[in-house]
Amino acid sequence: MTVTTDDALPMKPRAIHDQTVIFVVMAVSLSCVPFTDIYPIFVMQALCFALLACAFNLLIGFGGLLSFGHAMFLGTAGYVSAHVLKVWGLSPELGVLVGVTASAALAIVTGAVAIRRQGIYFAMITLALSQLVYFLYLQAPFTHGEDGIQGVPQGRLFGMFDLSDPTILYYFVLVSFLSGYLFVFRTINSPFGEVLKSIRENEPRAISLGYKTDRYKLLAFILSGALAGFAGSLKVFVAQNVSLTDVHWSMSGEIVLMTLVGGLGTIFGPVIGAFVIVAMQQYLAGFGQWVTVIQGVIFVACVLMFRRGIAGEIANAFVGARRKI
Amino acid sequence: MHALYAQLLVGLINGSFYALLSLGLAIIFGMLNIINFAHGALYMMGAFCAYFLLSLCGFGYWWALLIAPIAVGIFGMFLERTMLKWLAGLDHLYGLLLTFGIALMVQGIFQNYFGSSGLPYAIPDELKGGMNLGFMFLPIYRGWVVVFSLLVCLATWFLIEKTRLGAYLRAATENPALVRAFGINVPRMITLTYGLGVGLAALAGVLSAPINQVRPLMGADLIIVVFAVVVIGGMGSIMGSIITGFALGVIEGVTKYFYPEASNTVVFVLMVLVLLVKPTGLTGRAT
Repeated sequence: MTVTTDDALPMKPRAIHDQTVIFVVMAVSLSCVPFTDIYPIFVMQALCFALLACAFNLLIGFGGLLSFGHAMFLGTAGYVSAHVLKVWGLSPELGVLVGVTASAALAIVTGAVAIRRQGIYFAMITLALSQLVYFLYLQAPFTHGEDGIQGVPQGRLFGMFDLSDPTILYYFVLVSFLSGYLFVFRTINSPFGEVLKSIRENEPRAISLGYKTDRYKLLAFILSGALAGFAGSLKVFVAQNVSLTDVHWSMSGEIVLMTLVGGLGTIFGPVIGAFVIVAMQQYLAGFGQWVTVIQGVIFVACVLMFRRGIAGEIANAFVGARRKI
Repeated sequence: MHALYAQLLVGLINGSFYALLSLGLAIIFGMLNIINFAHGALYMMGAFCAYFLLSLCGFGYWWALLIAPIAVGIFGMFLERTMLKWLAGLDHLYGLLLTFGIALMVQGIFQNYFGSSGLPYAIPDELKGGMNLGFMFLPIYRGWVVVFSLLVCLATWFLIEKTRLGAYLRAATENPALVRAFGINVPRMITLTYGLGVGLAALAGVLSAPINQVRPLMGADLIIVVFAVVVIGGMGSIMGSIITGFALGVIEGVTKYFYPEASNTVVFVLMVLVLLVKPTGLTGRAT
């Protein structure tokens, strides 16, 4: 997908410097949340979705692949983690590990099928595959169908940190989010990330240069799926339940919306987008289905007028325009 | 055996909807290069249009069959003129995202006013009852849906493949600049094409109203199955969409008889299998 960005060239040192400043400011301000009046559950939820949006953005913003089925990774890791935590009684770190592994495995299989087509077909195939996964979870006995898995125990991380303590849980989620963010940052600034961008810009040329583009795209898909799964596992500790909502395709739509609002192909954008959308759902909950209508309006407005998203428009407003948040 | 015939009939009916919807998608894709994510929402609007015509104006089924596709088609043309038009030249994916946003808006508005439960729509008197075919009992309305939608599909195929208007349309798909040089108003043709595709979706909505109830989300889950149908068929040809649509409906029906647990997923599983063997779809061109 030709996203409206202009970072085909490797990042300049100045841009790296800006990114570092943003990261430090973000890390410091988020660590202060427990000392303020802000509702920590809200921030934790937003952080889970921010990680999810970053994972999704790795694929579309830097690989040009629009997946409309990322909810399947969120839901798979969520269901698997919740099951092993509750029924098998595994420790939190193992629960996360098993959940992420399950998502990565699903990403290998679905990615291998989906990357055989490009563009809108890729989007439709990922959407159909995630609907297949949805029906599997609807019928599989371990997911408890419409009820979902409730009351998942949070346990003690590494046998030391009691995750039922809200503050400890908060820092666990925060550290996980920040490491996921750094992982995405590192990936797109690696040689692998540069190849990925070149595929997004001009795939035939990348092929003619000798790159096996399908392998790069598949690897990006697996990384993105595993990271989305990480977000799904974290979400289990925050919400203590998993339900079919997490796998339904409307969730995939929300992930796309968060990234689009924040700015496709910007690193910090998906985080802003996730916070905006989660806040909107939190504070507009009283409006019932009007929230869906508002989301639709935002979608349309972003596509027609603000294709760069919040982060992209801000960066564009600054002098130099080429550097991005 | 009776149950098998019954499931075959259900499969044919679902196949009629798949065919009408994927046909509309194919026509729109051909001209606008947009996967119309709003197709399911517009299908739902067709059904609601029939419901309103009956409850507010007293116009029955036959009027609805005529008026609903035109009304929803005009709404579609309005969408094309005001929004979709601005996406020309951008990546195809923006069209998908925009129409997704439109679908959210439309479905959300209907959900606000009608909740998520279904509204009943009676089968018209002329098509009530059924007949005994010897091997099975055929409800007349269901037979009518299959025959009528098949006729509409064939008429659309004829319009596009065999008439002068269709020739312009196909030419404009290949090379809009050249067709415009011949003095043909291409933007207007694009608008009308979108209206035609949307009208087909609305028509499917009216046909389904007496069978399935009229619900705001009736198109939301259907559209994903139709996307799978489109991926399997490959959207390469008009006839391909029609045949794939009906065939997959029948396969789904047969699965429901032999192995009901898989009936929700069989189309998606088939999609995976087809993609592994032939990524362009059965009738698709390489893109």
